[in-house]
Amino acid sequence: MNDIQHAGVTSQFSIRIEEKTHIGADGTRLTAIRDLSLDLKPESMTVLMGPSGCGKTTLLRIVAQLDDQFSGEIEMPADARLGFMFQEPRLLPWRTVRQNIDLVAAPDFSEKDLERLGDAVGIADMLSRYPLELSLGLARRVALARAFATEPDLLLLDEPFVSLDEKTADRLRRLLLDVWSARPTTTLLVTHNAREAILLADQLVLLAPRPTHVVAVETIDVPQRERDPKMIEALHTDLLKRFPANFSGL
Amino acid sequence: MSVTFARPEARRGAWLTRGPWSSILSVAGFLLIWFLGAEIAQSRLLPGPAAVLDYIYEETVHGDLLFQLGITLWRVIASFVVAMVIGSAIGLIMGQMPAVNRVLDPWLIVLLNLPALVIIILAYVWFGLNEAAAIGAVALNKIPNVVVTLREGARALDPGLDEMARAYRMSPWSKFRNVTLPQLQPYFAAASRSGLSLIWKIVLVVELLGRPNGVGFELHLNFQLFNVTAILGYTLSFVAVMLAIEYLLVQPLERYSTRWRNKPV
Repeated sequence: MNDIQHAGVTSQFSIRIEEKTHIGADGTRLTAIRDLSLDLKPESMTVLMGPSGCGKTTLLRIVAQLDDQFSGEIEMPADARLGFMFQEPRLLPWRTVRQNIDLVAAPDFSEKDLERLGDAVGIADMLSRYPLELSLGLARRVALARAFATEPDLLLLDEPFVSLDEKTADRLRRLLLDVWSARPTTTLLVTHNAREAILLADQLVLLAPRPTHVVAVETIDVPQRERDPKMIEALHTDLLKRFPANFSGL
Repeated sequence: MSVTFARPEARRGAWLTRGPWSSILSVAGFLLIWFLGAEIAQSRLLPGPAAVLDYIYEETVHGDLLFQLGITLWRVIASFVVAMVIGSAIGLIMGQMPAVNRVLDPWLIVLLNLPALVIIILAYVWFGLNEAAAIGAVALNKIPNVVVTLREGARALDPGLDEMARAYRMSPWSKFRNVTLPQLQPYFAAASRSGLSLIWKIVLVVELLGRPNGVGFELHLNFQLFNVTAILGYTLSFVAVMLAIEYLLVQPLERYSTRWRNKPV
C-alpha cells in the first residue's frame, strides 16, 4: 500500500501522502489526509499548524512509521534515529528518570552527556527519581531530554507544551530552543498555538481542516533567539490578515 | 512538593493498629480459644495446642514430618511453575490476538468449571499413579485461572507506551523487559497469590488419592486412624510453611517490584 524509501546519506526527509483514511469500528471511513506533500529542510525547525482534529498527530505517526496504513511514501535515511515527544510525557513509571533516558539513548551517549543534558533542561538533581514523583512540567522536561538523548536525525514533537500554564510552557519553549540550538536537528513540531508556532518555526506549514493538506509554507528568516514579543505580535497580525482561517480563533 | 498528613501514631492507642502487634494479638487470641475449647471438651477428637505442638516436635525429631513437608512443597512448587509458565503464555497470546481468543475461550470456560477431582481422577486413570500425572493434574487445575488473569493484563497494556517503544526503536527484548513485563507485574502477583493457595489445597487431594507420601498421604492415613492430633499437626506445619513463603518471599518481592509507586505499599 505504501513505500518507505531510504535516501541514503543525504539525511533528506520528504513526506508524500496521497491518502490516509481511518476506518471506524462501525465501518465508517474518514479521510484524514489527502495529497499532502512536504520536504523538511535539514537541521531546521518545521512547524505544522492547523486546527484541532485536522490529522496532525496522524501525520506525525506516519512519519515515525508507527502507522503504515496509508498510500504515499516517506523518504528518510535507512538508519535514521528518531526522537519523539508525545502530547503526554509517556515515561516508564517503573524506571527512574536516568533509566528512562538511558534506555533509548544513542550508543555513544555517555554519563557526561547525560549530566550536560540534565543541566540544560534542569533535571540534573532528579535523575534517580521515579516519574510519578514529578510534576507534569518536570516530566515534560524529562521527555525532552529523552528525545535528545537518542541523538536523533529527526525530532518529532507532538504539541509538546500543551496543557501547561503559559509561564511553564514558555520556559520549556526556551529550553527546547537552547538544547536544539546546541545540536541543530531536523525537527517537525505540531501545534495549534499560533504564537508558539511563530516563536519556534523556521518553516511554518499551515494545514487545512480535514482532509488535511498544505495550505501555505511561510519561511521565517530571523533566528529564533532574536524573536521578541513585539516581533511575534507583528508576524501574528500579518499572518492573521493573510490566512484568517488558520489564525482566527486560535 | 510533599504534603504532610496527620500522623496516625499521634492518635491514642494507635500502636495496636501498627506493626505486627495486631497480627500477634489475633493469633494469640485464637490459641487461647482453642486451648479453652480443648480443656472444656476433654476429647481426643479435639487436642489442645500443646498436644499438637508436642506431636509436631516429636514427628520432626523422630518421625518423617520434614520429609513429608518437603515432598509436598516440591509438588506445590513444580505445579506452580508449570501452571504459571503455561498459563501466562496462553493468557498473553489470548489477550493480544482476538482470533486465538475466540478459538480457546470455550475451552477456557470448560476447564474453569471442571471440578479439580475429575481432572485428578482422569489424569491418574489415563497416565498412571505417577508424579508427572499428579503435578500435571494440579497444574491443569490452576492454568485457567492464570490464563484469565494474564489475559486481562495483556488487554490492559498501555498503547501509548507501546507506541513510545516503537518510536524509539526499542529491541523486542528490551521492550518486553522494560515496557510490557512491568505492566503485567500486578497481574502476575495476583495470579501467584491465588495460585499458591489454590495449588497447595489441590496437591493434598492429589496426594490423598494416589501418592505414597506427602502431607495429603499422611492426612489420609491419620484420618483412617482417627488421629486428630496428627491431622492438625501436619496441617499447621504446612500452613506455617506457606505463611513463611508469603511473608519471606512473596511480600518482599512485591514490595521490591512496586517500589516506584509514589506511596508505601
